[in-house]
This record gives sequence, structure tokens and C-alpha cells, in this order.
Amino acid sequence: MNAAKKKGGDFLLAVEGLTVSFDGFKAVDNLSFYLDPKEIRVIIGPNGAGKTTVLDLICGKTKATSGSIKFAGKELTKLKEHQIVHCGVGRKFQTPSVFEDLTVFENLELSYPKGHSVMGALAFKRDAKVIEAVEEVAATIFLSDALNEPAASLSHGQKQWLEIGMLLIQKPDLLMLDEPVAGMSVAERKKTAELLRVITKNHTVLVVEHDMQFVGDIADRVTVMHQGKILSEGSIDHVKADPKVIEVYLGH
Amino acid sequence: MTTPSAIQWFKTREGIYYMLLALLLVVILPLTLDPFRLSMTGKYLTYAFVAIGLVMCWGKAGILSLGQGIFFGLGGYCMAMFLKLEASTPEATAIQSTPGIPDFMDWNQLTELPWFWQPFHSFPFTLLAIIGVPVLLALIIGFTMFTRRVGGVYFSIMTQAVAAILTILIIGQQGYTGGVNGITDLRTLMGWDIRTDEAKMTLYFICVALLFGCLFIARMVQNRKLGRILMAMNAQETRVRFSGYDVAAFKIFVFCLAAAFAGIGGAMFTLIVGFMSPSFVGIVASIEMVIFCALGGRLSILGAVYGALLVNAAKSGLSESFPELWPFAMGALFIGVVMAFPNGLAGLYQSYIQPLEDRLFKGKQAEISSQSSAPISQPSKAEESDGYDSSMDNYSAEKS
Repeated sequence: MNAAKKKGGDFLLAVEGLTVSFDGFKAVDNLSFYLDPKEIRVIIGPNGAGKTTVLDLICGKTKATSGSIKFAGKELTKLKEHQIVHCGVGRKFQTPSVFEDLTVFENLELSYPKGHSVMGALAFKRDAKVIEAVEEVAATIFLSDALNEPAASLSHGQKQWLEIGMLLIQKPDLLMLDEPVAGMSVAERKKTAELLRVITKNHTVLVVEHDMQFVGDIADRVTVMHQGKILSEGSIDHVKADPKVIEVYLGH
Repeated sequence: MTTPSAIQWFKTREGIYYMLLALLLVVILPLTLDPFRLSMTGKYLTYAFVAIGLVMCWGKAGILSLGQGIFFGLGGYCMAMFLKLEASTPEATAIQSTPGIPDFMDWNQLTELPWFWQPFHSFPFTLLAIIGVPVLLALIIGFTMFTRRVGGVYFSIMTQAVAAILTILIIGQQGYTGGVNGITDLRTLMGWDIRTDEAKMTLYFICVALLFGCLFIARMVQNRKLGRILMAMNAQETRVRFSGYDVAAFKIFVFCLAAAFAGIGGAMFTLIVGFMSPSFVGIVASIEMVIFCALGGRLSILGAVYGALLVNAAKSGLSESFPELWPFAMGALFIGVVMAFPNGLAGLYQSYIQPLEDRLFKGKQAEISSQSSAPISQPSKAEESDGYDSSMDNYSAEKS
């Protein structure tokens, strides 16, 4: 099925033959996978499998040694990070990276997709549209009441949500989340799953996650990586039953 | 819309700070100081231009340039070249073997004005060059460094290297630049004698006016979204990049802005002091400029002005009586600032004096802010008046 679709290009994201080598060590080795629009894909795998590196490669943080990443028909491997963002790819990092000195409002406002050039940023005005967009996103990420608080005063979980909100306001087509529930309390985990369910109605989402319970809750399809390669791919039940996956990752 | 909000701005705390500085520079100092001391103050203020640039570049955006003397010097040299050409009329230089060229060229057996001196016969060109030459060099340095993601201490070292190279170049090319003595014996600006007390007074006021112009531009940048991006970049460069910003472009911009300010300061320095020499370009001069900024408070553009004034006044005072002590005093000052109060005088002011002020001020502030009641409309007010206070307070509280 994949072979037939490969050339058609109706995938949102098509990664083919992707390889990156750090001083001879192949962190990602000849990797290929395809994301359908509105799909929720979770990448799992043991530590050092190359999961985060795959996200780094797609968003341009790391440059690929070879291979191609086609997003909505555009080749991403040649673009700079901010250009990839403008193509519609949003990336959330593993440790929450928000602007601590700015308020929640300002954090979201900075991510609003307008005034991205130097002169644009100088001329940028906080108009009704911006305020509306910020309020809307703040409501989605449960931070409506904290808009005027500095981001530094938020809890770990709230910072994670804020960063997700900073992606949402960019209106990306593809959201990439690196361990969104790591370090969260049980209640925060639940709320995050709820948040992701809302998000995934309108976005394609690529998630790296360890928490199998959480993976089962959200994933359409799961890709299991091991030593830079794909070990298994399919529904959660499929990969859970795969003996290779049990061997290297899930354990007996 | 501008008039009522402008008047309102003067009632805010920030507006009052600006008015106090204006009062000091425009009224108090001219009335109390003799022309010589006032001219000295003018000289100190020319360093404040550099310090404001450093606040934007280093304090806000986290780019520590240890080579602002480069841009100060380039601005100063541009002005000096114009003044020198004006002073080197064929009549005034009749005793030279080649009349009509600057005296140091004649001493160095040059018989013709070099090509790059030619345009400095024109005053409009000179004005353009005072800003244009420093900005162009900053653009080249910034582009080569920032697009390759050279940052932090490596960038600082590069700026030091450029400062050293420029000094060596100026000293080595004596025939073209006046060498280690610099360009001296400057007399008139468009026929106006700049050496009289009256002229020095006028130049002082021009300097103050330009300084407020630069303060206004810096304030506008810091209060717009651009300023928030600079601060965000300082703390979370990767996040800014993945929020869709070309980080290098913003760094180049703020570096060029600082260079432009420094160039204006340098040109005013030449006018006020009456000469320009490589000692204001080099490594030591550049590091001194960073100290002015650090002492005043590297996050506050007003603090930078006070820092430049105070350190230079202390320098003059101390080196008049104990010249050999000054370098030690300066070193101690810098260590003291870094160890004890990293946000400088402005930081001290915010943490110790502002709380006292708050009690006195509270009634008035509440009256003003009551006009914008909803919490969301408050940020839009921040554009006008609040940006300074809130961002400063956060910084002084969080950073240590």
C-alpha cells in the first residue's frame, strides 16, 4: 500500500532514506516513513534509538547527511529552521523552553505568525486579532487565568502546555512533540492527553513518548525505532505483539 | 492620539526618570559647571552613546561586544577627517612642501590627498559616513559571525581582535591616518570655530539632544515586539528560532544599531575634544566602555547614561590627583559590579529605592492605570508606558 502511494505524494510528510552520521556513528540510518494528513504518529524506542534526532532532522536543528524529507511537497533538508517553521512545521522540545522573563501573553504573542522580520517586529502592533488569537489558544492550554503572569512562575506542566500553545498559535500543519508528558503529575498527564485529543482534530501530530499508557491513548499508528532504524510499525496492538519490539524495548 | 498619551507618559514613572535626566543635563549641569567642566561632561556623554548601544546589544540581546571602540573610533575619524581637511587649506598649509593636504601627510612625504580622503570634503557625505561606515563594518562582522552562529565568548574575542587590528592599522598607516598621534589640530566646522567656550557650550547641547534622540530610538526598540524578541533570544535562542524568527538577522540588526550609536558618539567626541586618536579605538578603550555600561546597569538605557557620566567623572577626579591609581580603581569597580550588583546602579536603584518610591507613588500610578481596567488591554498599555518598568523589574528579580 505504501509503495503505491509513495510517488503520489498525498502524504503530508514523506521521509525517505534519511541518514545522519555523527563522526561515523549513524544515529539515524536509512530511515523511511510516511505521515498521512491528520494522523497521530508516535515514535517509541529505547534510549539512543534516534527518536529525538528524527525530530531534529525534520525541523532543521540537525542537518541530514543524506536522504530526503518532503513536507507538503517541499523539500525541507535544504531549508533553514525559521523557513521550515514558515512551511508549517512546529516543534516542541523535551525540556520546556519558554521565555521565562516574559508573561504568558507575551510568550504566545511572540509566536503569533506575524512580524517575523526585523522591521516587521519593529512595526508589530498588538491589535484585536492578536489578542483574540492569544486568548483562544490560552483557553485551549488551560492558561486563561495566567495570561499576565511571567512564564517563570508557571509549574513544569503549565510550561509544557505553554510551549504547546506557542506552537498552536503558529497554526502549523505538523506538530512535533518530544515527550510532552515527561515529568508531569498524573492529573497533568490526563489533562495533556485531553489537550492532545483537541489538537489532533485539526493537526497532524508526530510524538516521541515513552509512556506506553499514554501512547495507547493517543496514537493512530506507532513507529518503533532501534539503533537508528525502524524495528516495527503499525497499530499499538500490532507493535505490542511484535516479538522484536518485546525483545529490545518492552521487555518480557 | 499622540498628544494626550505623550502628556500622560510624562506623568508615569518612566517619564519622570527621563525628565530628571533632561533636567540634570540641560539645566543643572550647564548652570553649575564652568565651560571647561561642562565640555568635559559633554565628552563623558559621548561615551553614553556607546553605553546605550551596549545595553541593547549586550544587556538585552546577550551579545557582548568588546570592540565598541571600533565604531566609536570610526565615527570619530570620519568627523576628524572632515575637520582636518577644512583646517588644511592651501593658505594655512603654505609652508608645507605640498600645501593643501593635512600636515601629517606632508611629514610622511605624501604629495597627494589619498582617494578615500577625497569625499570628506563634503559635509553631507561626512554625516552619512559617521553612521554608515560603522554600520557597514558592523554588518560585515555581524553577518560573518552570526550567520555562522558564532556567539558568546567567541564573538567577544573576535570583536577584540578587530579592535586590535584596526588600532594597528591606524598606527601603522601614519601617512594616511596620522598614526599614533591621531588627527589633531582641528579648528573649525564649516567656518565655525569649535575651540571657543561658546562653541563648546553649543556642542554640549547638541550632544545632549542627540543623546536623547538615541535614547528615544533605543526605548522604542525595547518596547516594541522587537525588544521582546531580543530578550527572548538572549535566554532561549533555539525557541526563538523555532518560533519562526531568523535569529541571525535580529543579532545583526542590534549590533548595527549599537554601532550607529557608537559612531554618533565618536563624531561628537571629535567635535568636543578637538582631536581623534587610536587610543579611543583599541582594546582598553572598548573594555572601558563595557564597564560604563555594566556599572550603570546593563539592562537600563538610562542607567547606561549615568554609568558613563559617573565612571568618567571618577576617572577624571582620580587621575587628576593619583594618575597611577586609576587602572586599579577601575578594575576594582568592575569586579565589584560583577560580584556584588550585576545589574549595576539601575539594578540597585530598582531593588532598594523603587520600593520606597512605590509608597509615595502608589496613588498616582493607580490613577493612571485605572483607565485601562481589563487585564488584557493592559499589555497594550505596556507598549506606551509600562514596558520599561515591568521588564526591568522582572529582570532584576530573576537574574543574579
